[in-house]
Amino acid sequence: MKRRDSIKTITLGAIGASYLLNGCYGVTQEKIKRSLTRYQYGRTPQEKLYDDKLFNQEFFTDEELTTLNKLCNLILPPNDYGSIEEAEVVQLIEFMAKDIPSYQKPLRDGIDWINEQSELNFNQKFIDISENSQKQIIDKIAYYDPNLDMNDLPDEVQWFNLLRNLTLTGYFTSEVGIKELGYKGNSPNVWDGVPQEVLDDHGLSYDEEWLSKFVDQSKRLDTAKWDEDGNLIS
Amino acid sequence: MEIKKTSKQYDVIIVGSGAGGGMATKVLSEAGLKVAVVESGPYYDPANPEQMTQLKWAWQSPRRGAGTTRPFGDFDQAYGGWDIEGEPYTQKDDTNFRWFRSRMLGGRTNHWGRISLRFGPNDFKKKSIDGLGEDWPITYDDLKPYYDKVDKLIGVFGTKENLYNEPDGFFLPPPKPRLHELYYIKAAKKADIKVIPSRLSVITKRINNDRGVCFYCNGCARSCNVYADFSSGSCLIFPAQNAGGQIDLYVNSMVRTVETNSEGKATGVSYINKDDGNEYKLNGKVVVLAASACSSARILLNSKSKQHPNGLGNSSDLVGKYLHDSTGGDMMAFLPQLTNRKIYNEDGVGGMHVYSPWWLDNKKLDFPRGYHIEVWGGMGAPTYGTGFNVNHFNKFFGLKAGGYGDVLRSDMKKYYGSTIGFSGRGESVAMKSNYCEIDPNKVDKYGVPVLRFNYKWTDYEIKQAKHMQDTFEEIIHNMGGQPLWNKPGIESNYGLTKPGEIIHEVGTTRMGKNPKESVVDQFERMHDVDNVFVVDAGPFVSQADKNPTWTIMALAWRASDHIVSEFKKQNF
Repeated sequence: MKRRDSIKTITLGAIGASYLLNGCYGVTQEKIKRSLTRYQYGRTPQEKLYDDKLFNQEFFTDEELTTLNKLCNLILPPNDYGSIEEAEVVQLIEFMAKDIPSYQKPLRDGIDWINEQSELNFNQKFIDISENSQKQIIDKIAYYDPNLDMNDLPDEVQWFNLLRNLTLTGYFTSEVGIKELGYKGNSPNVWDGVPQEVLDDHGLSYDEEWLSKFVDQSKRLDTAKWDEDGNLIS
Repeated sequence: MEIKKTSKQYDVIIVGSGAGGGMATKVLSEAGLKVAVVESGPYYDPANPEQMTQLKWAWQSPRRGAGTTRPFGDFDQAYGGWDIEGEPYTQKDDTNFRWFRSRMLGGRTNHWGRISLRFGPNDFKKKSIDGLGEDWPITYDDLKPYYDKVDKLIGVFGTKENLYNEPDGFFLPPPKPRLHELYYIKAAKKADIKVIPSRLSVITKRINNDRGVCFYCNGCARSCNVYADFSSGSCLIFPAQNAGGQIDLYVNSMVRTVETNSEGKATGVSYINKDDGNEYKLNGKVVVLAASACSSARILLNSKSKQHPNGLGNSSDLVGKYLHDSTGGDMMAFLPQLTNRKIYNEDGVGGMHVYSPWWLDNKKLDFPRGYHIEVWGGMGAPTYGTGFNVNHFNKFFGLKAGGYGDVLRSDMKKYYGSTIGFSGRGESVAMKSNYCEIDPNKVDKYGVPVLRFNYKWTDYEIKQAKHMQDTFEEIIHNMGGQPLWNKPGIESNYGLTKPGEIIHEVGTTRMGKNPKESVVDQFERMHDVDNVFVVDAGPFVSQADKNPTWTIMALAWRASDHIVSEFKKQNF
C-alpha cells in the first residue's frame, strides 16, 4: 500500500473539517506526553530512561490519532462502563507503535488505505464521512474466516485485525475495562477452592480422598509443625 | 587496566546471590565466617515499593505489561533476560542456545516458578538404570537430610504420596485445585496419567514470624513483598544479615576471574565495579562460585594462570562440558465447557495447584528419560495481549470471526478463561558434545571474553518431545477440548524447545569421584583447587525430570557444612 502520495493529492480540498474534529476527540501528542510521571511500576533506572525516550518521541500525527480514535470507537463503542477515551486506548497504540516499531508501517498504511477508500467512495476523508459510510467501508474488511492463516489475508484485513487487537487489549487492560470484564483477582484474599455452585454447574467435585490434604484456611496462621515422618501436626 | 586492591580479608567470597549463593551465605555466615557476596546486579528487595511490581495493574504500565523490555512482561522480577545489552554470547555452527540471565540480588529466584521437587533415588544413578550419562557420586540418602532441612527452613507445600522416585518431604498443605485443573485431573486419570497436588515453595501456612503467609494474588513471578514465596534475598540473605552475620554485599560487581597464587590456590576474585568501571580485587581464603552453571564455567575458563593454563580447575578439560537443559513441549486447548464462565477470584498461588510427575517406565518406551506435566489456564489478570483475536474461537462453532461493535464485548466475556495449557518438562541426556566454551574472538563491554555455545538435541529428546505431544493430544481429547494449533511434527522436532529455553541449564562443572571424569567432588569442591567450590547447578551430573532449585540448595547446604568443618579443622 504505497498510496500516501495519491491521497495527498486527492485530499487537499477537504482538509478543514478534519482539523475541526481533532478538538472533539481530544487526543493529541500533547495529551499523550502529560502522562509521563504517572506510571509507577517498579522500573530500574535504565528502564525508566527507555520509557522516557519513547514518551518523548512522536509517531502518529494528530490527524492520524484522531482517525485512530474514531476507528477504536467504532470497534468498541462507549457503554455505561467506559469508553475508548477513558481506557486511553489511542495513547496505548501510540506507545506500542514506538515500543514495537514493526507495528508502525502496517498501522500507518492502514490509515492511508481507509482514507483512500473514503475519498474514492465519498470524496472525503474517513473522519469526515458519516458513521454509516464509515461502517460501509469497515464492513468490507472487518470479518475473516478463522480457518485461514491471517498472513494470507489481504493487508487491509490484517490491519483491521491488528487494530481490533490493540483496541480490545487496550480497553480490557484498563481500569474501566477490567471492571467491565469482571476480573476479581490481583488483590489479597484467601483461596479455598472453586465455589460450590460452579462445581455443581460443571458436574465436578473435589475427590474425597484429597479433601483432608488441602490447606485448612482457618489454621493458616498457626505455625507449621511436623512429626518425624513429615506429618503436619499443627 | 590497574586492579585496585583492598586490604580486607574474607573467610569466604561467594560469587552470585541466587539459590546456591544465598544458601551458602546463610550457612557460612551463621557459622561465624566472614563473608563477601559479590553480585553482578543491583540490590533488590521484593518489599521495596520502588522496585515492587506485585499487585500492580496492567494500566499502571504504559505498555500494559507487554514483554518488550522484560521478556516475561513488565511485572516479572528478573532484571536481564535472553539478551543483555553489552553482554553477548555466541553460537557455534547452527547451535541456537538461549541463555537467560537475571542480574540482581537473588538472581533468578525472584521470578522462578517455585516448583520445588526433590530428585528421587533413581535420579542419582541413571547410568546404572539405562546405561547413559553417568551416576552421581552421592545417593538420595546422602542428600535427604539436606532436602528435609531445606523444606523446613524455606517451606514447600505438597502431599505425601509414597511414590518411590518422587520422595515426600516436610510439606505445608497445598491449595485446592482450580476449575480447569479439575478438568485436567479427570482427563488425565482417563489416560492413566497420575496427578498429584503441586509442590511449590509458597507459604500456605505460617512457618515463622519473619515471613508472611500467601494471600493468593498469583504474583509469585513478581516476587512477594511479604516474603511468602521463596526468593534468595528475602528467605536466605536478609535473614542471615538480620541474624548478625558478617556479610558484605558487593552489588553491581561483575566477577571476571578467580585469582590464584604461585601454588595454584585461590586467593580471591577480581571484579568490575559496574558503577565506576574499575576493576577491584577481593581477598578470601575460600571462593564459592554460585554465578549460575554457565557464568561460573565462564569465570573458571577465564581464570587462566601458569598453574592452571586451561582455566581454573580444568585439568579434566570438562569445565563447560555436559551442559544440559530440561526439554520442553507445550500445547494449549480451548474448552467449550469453560465459555461464558461465572467469574470469581481464582488467582490462587503463582503456579499450578496440581501436576503430573513422570508416570511411565522408560524401559517400555523408545526414549530413555521422563518428563512431568505442568498445567495452566483460567481467569488470569488481563495484561497486554488479553483480547487479541477476541473471537477467533468462533471457528470451533463454524462461525466467522472478527467484526466490530458491542458483539466484541460479549465475545470477550464468552471466551475469557476458556483455555487450558500443558507444558512437558523433561530430562535430557547429558552429552560431552554439548558445551559452552570461551569464544576466542569476542569480549563483552567490560572486556571479558564471552561464552560460545555448542549444543544439539539428540534423538532421545526429540522422541520424548513427540511423546509429550501425543500425551497432550490424548488429554485434550479426553476433556472434549480443541487444540489451538496443529500438532507439531518432525520438521519442528515435535515442538521441542530450544536448549536453554527452560532455564534449567546444569552440568558444566559436574561432580564425581574421578578427577579425570569430573570437575568437583561430592562436596562441590574442585578436584584441582581445594579452596574453590561451585554451588550452583554446574555440579549436576544429570538433570532429572525435576526442576533444579531444591537440589541446588540441598547440595549448597551440604557443601557449606563441609566448608565449615574444614575451617574448624583449620584446613584453609
